[in-house]
Amino acid sequence: MDLILIQTLNAVQYGLLLFLVASGLTLIFGVMGVINLAHGSFYMMGAYLAFTLTSMTGNLLVTIVLGTLLSALLGAVLEWALFSHLYQRNHLQQVLLTYGLILIFEELRSLLVGDEVYSVKVPSWLDFSVPLGSVMTYPAYRLFMSGICLAVAVGLYFLIQRTVIGARIRAGASNRAMVQILGINIDWLFRLVFSLGVALAAFAGMINAPSATVSPGMGTQVLIVSFVVVIVGGIGSVWGALLASLLVAFADTFGKVFLPDYAGIAIYVVMAAILLWRPEGLFKS
Amino acid sequence: MSTLITSPSRAVIIAVFFVLLAGFPQLNQDFYTELVTRVMIMSIFAISLDLLLGYTGLISFGHAGWFGMGAYVFALLGTKYQLTSNLWLTLPAAMLVTAFFSFLVGLFVLRTRGMFFIMVTLAFAQIFYFLFHDVKALGGSSDGMNLRGKPTTAIGNWVPFELTDTNTLYYFVMVLMAALLLFMALLLRSPFGRALQGIRENEHRMEAIGFPVFRYKLAAFTISGAFAGLAGYLFAILNSSVNPEMLSWHQSADGLLMLILGGMGQLWGGVIGAFTFMLLQEVLSTFTKQWHLWLGIAIVLIVLFLPGGMISIFERIKGIWKRRFA
Repeated sequence: MDLILIQTLNAVQYGLLLFLVASGLTLIFGVMGVINLAHGSFYMMGAYLAFTLTSMTGNLLVTIVLGTLLSALLGAVLEWALFSHLYQRNHLQQVLLTYGLILIFEELRSLLVGDEVYSVKVPSWLDFSVPLGSVMTYPAYRLFMSGICLAVAVGLYFLIQRTVIGARIRAGASNRAMVQILGINIDWLFRLVFSLGVALAAFAGMINAPSATVSPGMGTQVLIVSFVVVIVGGIGSVWGALLASLLVAFADTFGKVFLPDYAGIAIYVVMAAILLWRPEGLFKS
Repeated sequence: MSTLITSPSRAVIIAVFFVLLAGFPQLNQDFYTELVTRVMIMSIFAISLDLLLGYTGLISFGHAGWFGMGAYVFALLGTKYQLTSNLWLTLPAAMLVTAFFSFLVGLFVLRTRGMFFIMVTLAFAQIFYFLFHDVKALGGSSDGMNLRGKPTTAIGNWVPFELTDTNTLYYFVMVLMAALLLFMALLLRSPFGRALQGIRENEHRMEAIGFPVFRYKLAAFTISGAFAGLAGYLFAILNSSVNPEMLSWHQSADGLLMLILGGMGQLWGGVIGAFTFMLLQEVLSTFTKQWHLWLGIAIVLIVLFLPGGMISIFERIKGIWKRRFA
């Protein structure tokens, strides 16, 4: 019983983390129509930022605030310099350019911080375990992480559902031309969405860094799982992404427990099943 | 564009290309002979992808799945289960198995379009990646497998050639590449090939005039998978090893890059692209450890400024030439 409780907590935490990465990806798909393979690199970059900035500032919270701002800025610059040229291009060119960016980011990472695996210290005030049932304990940092991710998800909900900017983003996702006709500056809207997506992915990388390791291949791994989330949830649908993130996280976590040999493919089996049922994902935006 | 030889000047270029290619191993530089063998195998891989990408308009990002599967069929038959290493059994087996699984996967993925198709093909390739990475019965291991040897070629007591010889393997691959080019040229001129190109141009119209579009796409997906399996099979023989990285998305992306470099939807695009890409890789990696950085920068610049590939350079020069002098 305790095992299932712990695995459920793990799955929820993984699902919320995945949601932060996938929500940005699905928004960029949905609003700008751009397939961004480099999205995983932003997650990786976040983790390395966490490593670098904590060793400079010594404080995780300062790191996260600073890192998120830096990532949002980088996102805006990238959008202006590269991605804004991709909106009119076909998917193949988008795939190739963003794949090229992955290679660049990975090599820059290798040049700047090396190829070693790093770890980031859990802040001392969270470095304890919460007793769970009679014998098990659960690391407090993981609960803290789930809480923060949940808070960000709720924040995102309010931003998209209850603000003018959110209404414009939703409008942009469903009918870009109409938004332009209404006189809304679409360039700035796109830039905002893109830098929001980058910031969310980097934030996820930063907050996860203390509970995992910071390693070279992490961007690719999270990217492909995020793709599955977007496919399952439906392109452009933030709520689909939330539901799909949790679904994928549960499939993955419990797959590892019950069928360790086939754990790697559990999420893809879920994906195939959903596709057979609904070829456009759970929520069509 | 789709025929093998479109003009006399082209015929001369192609003849010269094959004469040079055939003469190359006589220099007896084993390292370079193997390098060109590898390039020709990648050409086969790129050509097989072009059937989807360039001719049917399907952007598959999971083509490495078939490449790796073809390689693993040989590894499992010849090394893991030691059923047979005979070329005449294992090569058709590799192609049939990849064809069968591409058919099955095609049933799923061809229901989707656009971005979905790109991501879903990637996701299916990941399934196969993890199967060959994790499942012990399939030789699952991150290090892959070293093979017991090259395929035997005996038919009864008669041994027509030995693939252990570097030059023989080279010629074997060269003949297969030439055969594939010929096959593609004929296929693309056939009603079937025309229909695929019609689907690429306008799927709905093809549907409207009564073509069973889904079946055509499925057939293209299956054939393309089988040839990618052939390329993987040859690659396994050349390296005498297989590993799950053959199924990784970097391998799929390499195929796309080759076609972009060489020009997609052009019979020779795959060959030109594979030669350019592999030689670029070889040259850059001797100069710098960060060759991926330069590759990445090159990709970004090519997409931004030269979306038609290398072939479009010639077209542009031709255009300028014509405006000046004709």
